[in-house]
Formats: sequence, structure tokens, C-alpha cells
Amino acid sequence: MTALKRLFFLAIGLFLALPLIVVAGVSVNEKQTLAFPPQGFSLSWYGEIFTNNEWRSALVASLVLAATSAALALLIALPLAWFLWRRVAPWANIFQVLGVAPFTLPPVITALGLLTFWATSGFYGQPWTAVIGHAIFFVTLPLVTLSLGFSAIDRSLVEAAATMGADDRTIFRTVIFPLILPYMVSGYAFAFVLSLNEYIVAYMTVGFTMETLPIKIFNALRYGYTPTMASVTVFFLAIAALVFGAIARFGDLPKLLGAMTNDR
Amino acid sequence: MRREAPQRLADYGPLFFPAGMLIVFFVIPFATMIAVSFFERQQGGFYEPAFVLDNYGRFLSLFFGKVLGFSLFLAMAVAAACVAIGVPFTYLLSSASRRVQVWWLVALLSILSLSEVMIGFAWSTLLSRTAGITNLFVMLGLMDGPQALTPSFGAVMTAMTYQALPYTVLVLYPALVRLDPTLTEAARTLGASPLKAFFSVVVPALRNTILATSIMVFIFALGSYLLPQLLGRPQQWTLSVLITDQAIYQSNMPFAAAMAVFLVLVSLSLVGLALYVGRQREAA
Repeated sequence: MTALKRLFFLAIGLFLALPLIVVAGVSVNEKQTLAFPPQGFSLSWYGEIFTNNEWRSALVASLVLAATSAALALLIALPLAWFLWRRVAPWANIFQVLGVAPFTLPPVITALGLLTFWATSGFYGQPWTAVIGHAIFFVTLPLVTLSLGFSAIDRSLVEAAATMGADDRTIFRTVIFPLILPYMVSGYAFAFVLSLNEYIVAYMTVGFTMETLPIKIFNALRYGYTPTMASVTVFFLAIAALVFGAIARFGDLPKLLGAMTNDR
Repeated sequence: MRREAPQRLADYGPLFFPAGMLIVFFVIPFATMIAVSFFERQQGGFYEPAFVLDNYGRFLSLFFGKVLGFSLFLAMAVAAACVAIGVPFTYLLSSASRRVQVWWLVALLSILSLSEVMIGFAWSTLLSRTAGITNLFVMLGLMDGPQALTPSFGAVMTAMTYQALPYTVLVLYPALVRLDPTLTEAARTLGASPLKAFFSVVVPALRNTILATSIMVFIFALGSYLLPQLLGRPQQWTLSVLITDQAIYQSNMPFAAAMAVFLVLVSLSLVGLALYVGRQREAA
């Protein structure tokens, strides 16, 4: 059984890794060929991401978009999650549903909704519209991690602070904030990584005025392949693995993903 | 501090910003889209307010029926493949050591967050003639010469399964971790083989979870818009691709919006079904 289990895990691992191995191989080709196994060895295609003007500006656009939209998503999620935890207001759950909806529905729907909205309101193509679009699209992630964080807070701590005369503001700053900070960080990180990789919402809202890296890759694909696409893919995969690895290292990843038992 | 109902207007303070943002930038765009779906298309990519049902009328064409049928079939096939692989995998993963679990979760999350563009690019490389897997087969003597495996239905199906499998595992994971391990232990003590214990105890105990997960993966697969475009032929385009195509390249916003509204209705009724099935589990 153990041998069979190992074999099964290996097969799944291989299926998941194979396309990425080939991409990693292609990314170190010496010349601009799409060959595997790679011909020669060169890291210049990784350098290209930072030295080539077009790729660098796409990288900067992606990073700025991800950093700001994740921050905005957190700003929307934090007060909402706090309110839902602090107050008894069942009707307010509708906003929780609204926060989760864009993420549950096929992404093309949110993208098209925002496209018609920006086109109608006359702001179509402004870079900041993508920030709002991504913040709304990914608000689910901080909302879910924060709800989990709030539900883990022992209410008697807050009660003790209130008994000793602290008002809501003081309680939030001194008791609640330190307790939910890890959940804020992981919620931000999830939103950041997903925004970095998001294509359709960005493409439909600012696709013709701004190029993020996924848009840049898609546009470049039409004119044929360059190994830079491969190096960008490996680079993005590395960022995601680093971020999720850090969450796993400093936080409780199984618990964040919904597994409540951690006594294994 | 007890949870209490808000009394003064100031108590609602924290709600203003999130509620405002969600209403202005999600509810209103959504409503705009629904409105546009009834608008009339003008030449040159513009549209003007009207109330026509023409955009919905186009659903009745044979072409649309084919696209819709194919989209539903493809999403169903992907969901079936993902659940068939994902359930035994997640089951085994949930009984692995915590360290192993965390490693897999990090890997799965990394792949799940990978852009659809990049997944499409990776698979088109793996299935290409020059750098693809057929070169390996040639080396092993299984094939005479390398060949391209795209565009094809198999390529679309494989890449979409690849994209949805991490999602499937992560949806199943919480339920399977909480599954009472004594259930299988009892079956094993009574002499069932591990395989038999899995099919006669684990699968029935998780029937509703599996059904709800299948629906979630189905919706996830329904949203795939780039893989059919990058790896398939035009006849393998799905509803999502068609919506993007109509909105961006054909500049027919009203028709794109009508299709999107239709897609919302399909998805929402399925989400409702998934929630209902999930409730059943709690009641049982």
C-alpha cells in the first residue's frame, strides 16, 4: 500500500511538475529558440525581464498593481470583517456575500461588468481602474482570512479590556490588532500573488493602455515565442512559492485553508 | 465584550467604506452589464439605450447551442477528471504527516495562483514539436519523429484539468482532514482491504462533499477563457472565450453582456445547488 501510495503521489507530482520543468528548461536556452533539452546554458533571459524596457515596464506595472490593489482589498475587508464579528447584524452578511461573489463566479463576468461600468462612466482605460477592479475581485481572500482570524480571538480578552475602561478604539489598537495582524499579512499576500497573475480583469479594463506581465505574455504569444516568457513564468512561480512558503513557515497554512485540527 | 446590535448611526461607521466600495464597484457594474444586455448595438462598436431582446434571441441559433453544449460538456469532463484524481489524492494527503501536507499545499497554491496565460504557455511548450514531450517518446523509441500535439481537444482537456486539480484538492482538503479516521480503521479491523475501505466507507461518507466539490470545480472550469483559445481549435471555444471575443474583438457589448448574464444564471443556480447539497450533509 505504501509503495502504491508513493507511486500515486509521484504520478500526480510529475503531472503537476512536467510543464514547469520544460518551461524552466526552455528559459535557459542560449539562443532565442524554444528547445528542450536546452541548447547551451544562459541566464540572460532572466536578465531580460529587468533590462528590456518593455518587459521591465510590464513587471513594474504588475508589481504596482498587485501591491496597491491588495492594500485596497485589505482596507475593504478589515472594517467589514471587524463589524461582522463585533456586531449582531444578520443583514450585514449580504456584504460578505457580495465580497465572495466575484471570486466564485466565472472571472469573465466581473471583467465584463467592470468593462461596461468604466466604459459607461467614461474612465475606461485609466490605470487606477485596474486597481479597483482587482481589489473588488480579490477582496474575498483577506475577507476569508480575517473572518478566520476574528473567530479565533477569545472574546474574554476583549471583555477584560472593556471592563478596565478601554473604549472600542483602544481595544482595537492594543488587543485586536496584534491578534489579527498575521491574518492581515496572509490575506494581503494571497491577494498580492493572485493579482500579479490575473489576466482577464486587467485585460478588459486597461488592456489597451497598460501592459501587466500576463497581458504582455499573451500579446507576445501572438508573435511567436521568446524564452523571456519562460523566464517570467519561472520567476512568478518562484515568487508564489516564496510567499506561500513564508506563510507556511510563520503561520498555520493547514488552518488557514480550513483544516481546524492541528494536533497531528 | 458581548456582541451587540448596532444602536447609533456611528456604530455603522466601519461598514460605510466596504459597503460603498462593494456597491459602487460590484453591484452597479453588475447592474450596468445587465442593462447593456438589453441595449441595441450600433455600427462601429457603440451601443445605445433600448429595451430589445435580440441579444438573448441570438441564443436560439445552432452556433450558440453548439458552443453552450460544448462548454458544459468540457466543464463536466474536467470536473469529473479532477474529482476522480482529487478525492483519493486528498484522502491520502490528509493522512500524511503535517510536514508533507504543508509541502504539497505550498506547491498546489503556487500552481493555482499561476496565471492562466502562463499555464497555457507551459502546456503549449510541453506539447510542441520542438521542445515537447514527443521528443522524449522519440528518445525512448516509442515514436518515429516528434510532432505537435496542439491544437486539440486532448490538449485543452489536459491543461484545464491541470489548472483545476489544485483547486479541487484545496476545496476537498478541509472536509477530508476532518473526516473521522476511526471510520476507516473500523473497516480495516473488520478485514476490508484499504481500497475496499476507501470505496465502501470514505466515498459514501463524503458523498455530499464530493457532489458539492464537483459543482464548484464545474463552475471553475466554466470560467476558463484562455486555455481553449491557446490550445484548442475554434470549435473548442467555450462560452467564456466567446464572451471575451464578442466584447473585445467584435465590439458587440450587448451580445457579450447577454451571454454573461446567462452564464451568471447558470453559475448561480449551480452555486445554490452546491450550497443546498452542503446543507444536506450537515443535516444528515
